[in-house]
Amino acid sequence: MLEFPRWKIWLIGIVIAIGFVLSIPSLIAGTPLASRWPAWAPQYKINLGLDLAGGSHLLLEADSADMQKQRLQSKEDEVSTELRRDPRIDIGDISTAGGRLSFMVRDATQVDAAVERLRKLSQPLGLTGNRDWDVQVVDSTRIVLTPTQSGSVQAMKDAMNVARDVVRRRIDPSGVKEITVVTEGSNRILVEVPGVENPEELKKLIGQTARLEFKLVDLSANPADVQQGHAPPGSQVLPMADGTGFVAVKRRVMVSGEQLTDAKQSFDQDGRPDIDITFNTAGARRFGRATQENVGKPFAIILDDKVLSAPNINEPILGGRAQISGSFTVQSAHDLAVSLASGKLPVKLNVIEERSIGPDLGKDSIHKGALASIISVVAVIVFMLVTYGRFGVYANIALVVNAFLILGVMAVFGANLTLPGIAGFILTIGAAVDANVLINERIREEIRRGRRILDAVDTGYKEAMRAIFDANVTHVISASIMAYFGSGPVRGFATVLLIGVVTSVFTAVYFTRMLVALWIHRARPRALHI
Amino acid sequence: MKLLKLVPENTNLDFMRWRNLALALSLVATVVSISYTVYRGLNLGVDFVGGQLIRVNFAQPIDAEQLRAKIDSLHLGEASISEFGGPKTFQIRLPKPPGGDTAANTVATRVKMEVEKDYPGARIESVDTVSGKVSEELADNSAIAIALAMLGIAVYIWFRFEWQFGVGALLTLAHDIAMTLGFFAFTRLQVDLNVVAAFLTIVGYSLNDTVVIYDRIREDLRKYRKMAILQLINLSLNETLARTVVTSITVLIALGILMLIGPEVIFGLAIAIFLGVLIGTYSSIYISAPVLVWLGVKGDSFVRGDEKDEALPAA
Repeated sequence: MLEFPRWKIWLIGIVIAIGFVLSIPSLIAGTPLASRWPAWAPQYKINLGLDLAGGSHLLLEADSADMQKQRLQSKEDEVSTELRRDPRIDIGDISTAGGRLSFMVRDATQVDAAVERLRKLSQPLGLTGNRDWDVQVVDSTRIVLTPTQSGSVQAMKDAMNVARDVVRRRIDPSGVKEITVVTEGSNRILVEVPGVENPEELKKLIGQTARLEFKLVDLSANPADVQQGHAPPGSQVLPMADGTGFVAVKRRVMVSGEQLTDAKQSFDQDGRPDIDITFNTAGARRFGRATQENVGKPFAIILDDKVLSAPNINEPILGGRAQISGSFTVQSAHDLAVSLASGKLPVKLNVIEERSIGPDLGKDSIHKGALASIISVVAVIVFMLVTYGRFGVYANIALVVNAFLILGVMAVFGANLTLPGIAGFILTIGAAVDANVLINERIREEIRRGRRILDAVDTGYKEAMRAIFDANVTHVISASIMAYFGSGPVRGFATVLLIGVVTSVFTAVYFTRMLVALWIHRARPRALHI
Repeated sequence: MKLLKLVPENTNLDFMRWRNLALALSLVATVVSISYTVYRGLNLGVDFVGGQLIRVNFAQPIDAEQLRAKIDSLHLGEASISEFGGPKTFQIRLPKPPGGDTAANTVATRVKMEVEKDYPGARIESVDTVSGKVSEELADNSAIAIALAMLGIAVYIWFRFEWQFGVGALLTLAHDIAMTLGFFAFTRLQVDLNVVAAFLTIVGYSLNDTVVIYDRIREDLRKYRKMAILQLINLSLNETLARTVVTSITVLIALGILMLIGPEVIFGLAIAIFLGVLIGTYSSIYISAPVLVWLGVKGDSFVRGDEKDEALPAA
């Protein structure tokens, strides 16, 4: 048992050396030594969690009511466009109440034809045979379209994927920051931005759906009716963004923000902030045609169902470029430009959890945590030394090596060091020597029983191993559950515990056994002082 | 060098002599602890009830009452204000803002403006805003996680030893968690996500001593099949006593230092684990072991099927 072939010694030595080298960049980060670290050496560094680095954590949840409303609205557009095609089918009494789209077919003989055409609009979902909308006829002339469960789930999933990318582009248009934007569960997005102390700015960027539409103003509407919220058929009433009343606009969209290629904050002739937008080819053509046909009439620029402004079309706009004016500040124009350029959010997102930590708190925590770690290590080392002498020294070497290994492994995996993680580190230091305590106590016992030195050491390691193994499995069970259920800081704690279990078994058992074996072979002691 | 021996060699303490008394006391303590926790309730943080927690660091010590009056004048609901680690740092806690699950952003901003206006040099250190929906989920998940960890470990012990040992582990864990909960209910220390992490840690680490003692009991059961069970458990406890004491001391040294000079934010976590380890050491002797006597573990419990631990990686 205590025979260590040379290759094993080398292997253990190499593992430790690698761990040591990997831990250095994290330890010297932020000190003058960092610049002296050679460029060819490994550069892995431990990330600091938000609670240490400072920053903002936002949990966003998709507004499912808004999602449903949007799906019904676009279905309504789709249906009326489809049925206006030749052969035209006239419909009326459209309603989206109760989460369903229902309407009357004016000519009862056309009901079957309408159903046929609408069924074609629904999309099959994978290979399940389900479709995203159910089409039914009630009372012989009324057609009802109901979103199916699986259709809604799929729509949410698609929307979340788009939303995640849009959120990322809005927070970090240039794609250089170390931010985290991930979907969680079926309808949530987690955003973590280090260094941003004030999340208000973030929330402004994310809070806007940024659905931009250009629609013609309905001049036939009676102004008094409009202020009461009544619009003629084919039109709708929308509020002005600055709260100065209401405008009736045609339901038909001239052109929408999806056809933008770029948006930039700029200034108009009078020096007021506005936004320059550029359409793609198709958008430019549509916008050009619509403005050509409606010279002299006003059109509304609508953002998230609010009218930003309703300027007159003085001449056809053919180049695919336009300006959006409104009552902007430089900041709000800039934010809107970023939102427009990143595309609209497919669904409204609500902030359901928000945490922000200032950078000073993190620095203070690191300072106190590091101090506590160092003092703990020293105290445990002294205690082990006076309790076990030479065997305590071995346990202590293992302890220090273990500390470097934990840091090295964390660095390679890019694990986050969080504030509870520091506690996990200290706990691991205290608990890792348990393996050595078990082994050393067992060796003492075996010596007392009169075994010879080699035999006692051998039996000590062997018999202690069972309990060490079982104890570590219980740690792994609780730490894994923590990693699974926990978020951010707590997960950081669990990570350190899990890594610590593995590295401490390696250092406290295999590494110390090697040290003891080498010593016994070299010194051939007559008595063990333990 | 003379080595330190905290526990003399060859102790022969009759732990099991007091087992019924200890078990009765533990049972009473557990019941009292649980009843008290239920009656008084825990001081749950915003993580579990929703609301806002704002930590402010002031340039100089301030008067808490004055700050309270200023915050109250904003009419943001019932604010609670408490010192946090020193007279210059305060926690302002506000209830969930009315109006849906959307976390209120304006509230923190108003508090911030008020504080910065009246106290030059004050810094907002952190802001936590948790909606009702998220806090309910966090509370549910925490309870599930702790229950799962306890069960998982008990099942593992059952699988590795015998069913009596699994039951013993579960009862030990329940006792440790109940006592720590009672401590938090009594001291009104705030229970946040970090403290739940500490509870999960206790589940893993307070069982350390139990695992070691069970391992020794099993070994001795095989060695001395004729020995009376009480005598055998006493033997095992004495044999492992030195290890129990030394390990607990190293863990308590490390955690004690963290508790005393570590960051305030994780004080709750540190004290919970510290306490859990301490309680775990007691319960490994006076709950884990006597439960085995109760459940009828005898000298021949490991005669059959005792090869299963041979499959372990040999050291």
